[in-house]
Amino acid sequence: MNSRRSLLFWLAPLLFLGVFFFYPLFRIFELGFEVSVLSDPRAWQTSITALRFTLFQAVLSTLLTLLLGLPAAYLFARYHFPGKPLLKALTAVPFMLPTVVVAAGFNALLGPRGWVNLVLMRWFDLAAPPVHFLYSLWAILVAHTFYNTTIVIRVVGNALQHSNPRLEQAARVLGADRRRVWLQIILPLLRPAILAAGMLVFLFDFTSFGVILLLGGPTFATLEVEIYIQALQLLNLPVAALLSLIQITCTLFFSVLYSRYIRRAAVVSEQRPSEMNLRSPAGWRQRLFVGLMVSVLITLFVLPMASLPLRSVTRLEPERGERTGFQAGLTLDYYSELFINRRSSVFYVPPIQAAGNSLKYAGMTVLLSLVLGYPAASALARPGRLEKFLDPVLLLPLGTSAVTLGLGFIVAFNSPPLKLLKSPWLVPLAHTMIALPFVIRSLQPALIAIPDRYRQAAAVLGASPWQVWLTVEWPILRRAVLAAATFAFTVSLGEFGATSLLTRPEYPTIPIAIYRFLAQPGGMNYGQAMAMAAYLMVLTTAGILLIEWVRVPGTEEF
Amino acid sequence: MLELKNISKKYEDEILLNGVSFAVGEGETVCLLGASGSGKSTLLRIIAGLDIPEAGCVYWDNRDLADVPVHHRNFGLVFQDYALFPHLTVAGNIAFGLKMQGLGDQETNRRVEQALRQVSLAGFGGRRVNDLSGGEQQRVALARALAPGPRLMMFDEPLGALDRTLRDLLITELRQILHSTGIPAIYVTHDQEEAATIADRILLLNEGQIVQDGAPQEIYSRPASAWVARFLGLGSVLDGTVTQTGQVETKAGMLEATCLHRHVPGQAVSILIRPGQNRPEAGGSKISGRVSDVVFHQEQFRVTLENGLYFYWHEAPQLGEVLEVPVVGECLG
Repeated sequence: MNSRRSLLFWLAPLLFLGVFFFYPLFRIFELGFEVSVLSDPRAWQTSITALRFTLFQAVLSTLLTLLLGLPAAYLFARYHFPGKPLLKALTAVPFMLPTVVVAAGFNALLGPRGWVNLVLMRWFDLAAPPVHFLYSLWAILVAHTFYNTTIVIRVVGNALQHSNPRLEQAARVLGADRRRVWLQIILPLLRPAILAAGMLVFLFDFTSFGVILLLGGPTFATLEVEIYIQALQLLNLPVAALLSLIQITCTLFFSVLYSRYIRRAAVVSEQRPSEMNLRSPAGWRQRLFVGLMVSVLITLFVLPMASLPLRSVTRLEPERGERTGFQAGLTLDYYSELFINRRSSVFYVPPIQAAGNSLKYAGMTVLLSLVLGYPAASALARPGRLEKFLDPVLLLPLGTSAVTLGLGFIVAFNSPPLKLLKSPWLVPLAHTMIALPFVIRSLQPALIAIPDRYRQAAAVLGASPWQVWLTVEWPILRRAVLAAATFAFTVSLGEFGATSLLTRPEYPTIPIAIYRFLAQPGGMNYGQAMAMAAYLMVLTTAGILLIEWVRVPGTEEF
Repeated sequence: MLELKNISKKYEDEILLNGVSFAVGEGETVCLLGASGSGKSTLLRIIAGLDIPEAGCVYWDNRDLADVPVHHRNFGLVFQDYALFPHLTVAGNIAFGLKMQGLGDQETNRRVEQALRQVSLAGFGGRRVNDLSGGEQQRVALARALAPGPRLMMFDEPLGALDRTLRDLLITELRQILHSTGIPAIYVTHDQEEAATIADRILLLNEGQIVQDGAPQEIYSRPASAWVARFLGLGSVLDGTVTQTGQVETKAGMLEATCLHRHVPGQAVSILIRPGQNRPEAGGSKISGRVSDVVFHQEQFRVTLENGLYFYWHEAPQLGEVLEVPVVGECLG
């Protein structure tokens, strides 16, 4: 594309990126590098404590994820068993679920008012919940495992599935027992895949926010949570900025490490047809392994997500003040309560308005990210010099955490010339910033797939540029645009990190409402959190299914 | 020595092997020859212990191997795609089996060098296996299987991926190595020339059963069935009926046929007509037909008649010309 026309395409996206990404980032730099912060030993102490815990939980989470993910990858790569496609799909769903939904799911299963505790209390007539899962390190680790196991299953499983089974057989014939085949053949061959998956999981665990805030509670502060606390609760923006800088530096370092490793480890062993590796389990050892793994996976992936909607329609404990005579059973109270604006409630408005706000924000996000993303993707599809330079620039927002983005917005837009902090537009703007790279990345392959010949043929046949777009490009692009729009929509619906910093009390979104309900005492608040989360889960799952359905073949990527 | 009794194996309800029995003697090279899908590779995997048969037993020196796991059998197996370990060097690959036997570094190195010399790859020890050519990889696979001193060698279409010239070279080398080491071997292939070159004995496998067992020249001179004659491409095979006079009536005409067994009139038989025995002085019956195709083939012309029979001819006849060919038929089975 020639550069003048190219510039026209880029004008809006670049302006947007400049104002809503680089400018806030610049303000964070300005604030974090102030002498008063850099020379404050307490700021450093806070930062180092947070960094240390962030690394600690990320390493532990990664190890636990590998511990489950590696045998699960082996299970999917090597065995046939009934229900396998469904189970595999189930393990992939959490990756796109909003953190608040996942947190609510684990809460519904193992929280003080969750199924396990309530059932145990009733059976053994206990006064207090016996299982203390929430607000423990375990909650963080398990939720991270829940989220990221699918990465290990995909990356390592793919390598396993395409590895040559004859290598293992050759080793066996040469006298290696099973243990040695694992240690000397399978693991060395899988090492690049395991390392790549591990690094990716680590990166996600390192930048995790919602899970830690909601399931870990106030005692476990990672960099992200500490930024949130400093900015929102202690109103100490300079320290928050310093934390953000540390966070950005680390993420950038790990990302570079990861992409360099990926490039180096690309070619490892020859690819094989995958059917050769698949078999039904034979013998008690293999059956035991398959049975055990399937049960563990179902327990981890189905129970929390099933507990949530079930808990949202079940009354299991008396409300405060009604000591006796309550009815345990099915109820829709939690849902109907969402429509009532109570004086004593958490909000100034009926909670259901959060759903309205979320849908409005998501709609705006879709609109904005398509309007900005479509021209950018069009330009990237026919790269010139400018595009080669801009391509990596567009990926930068991906490496920046949502919390940092939220902080940047607070710092940048609280004073003239851009005093936007009270505007209800700020949240969808942040969501657009987060969704934009994904939208561009999902439109680009579809745009590349349309050869110029099609347009030329239509033009020769007498179509005006507008008619060419309408009759040739649009019919081909429709699915990709729908997928990109749905993606932006679900991202916005579930977004918690940036929203938690930017939201105004009178405009809650669904995730924010769930978070506030969960933070309040009482069975009714808990039930409403469950109802909201179930609603969000249904919406998001529908979105995920829609994306799967319209997915353009060959664009599957992390 | 190795003995198989009544081996049967199914794969997804399809019978792969159906009661296969044979033995391999001291220093003998046995070739399993059959079309792809005839179950010959599966048979090797069963002997190696990589597959378990539904019925039947594998014995070594009269001892049942059912309870001996793969890694204790001490058999060598060369895979079709070599299956070299990509993360190890050439020397690392060859040393693998020796290390599994618990040999020390010094002895291992000595044996690796020896194995490399044996396959004419001295000095290749430090190379990466992925940098080698197909023929070199094949030699490394052979050296890797030979190095631990297996009591039986098995080859699963080891030359399948190589071009003709290289195959001819390697198969000769392989034969010499097997003869000099005296290790009994089972060689699986679908290529009859390869089989004839390397085998002391050929086992023909069809639909999971051994249909003929004998030395290469035996099998070529006395094919046991119409299938064998067709599979080996020995000549034209005709279906016919024995007449009162002892001749055989076929769609190409009445034929004299040499038969091992006596046949009753009216019996259906298959007749092999070898394409090379067409000299007029050979006697026997004559078949005439119109020439439908002429192809140059190794210093001769392969002439196909309209009735489907083909012969080798020293000069090219005209298309459409009527030829009269003297033939000797052989009864099959």
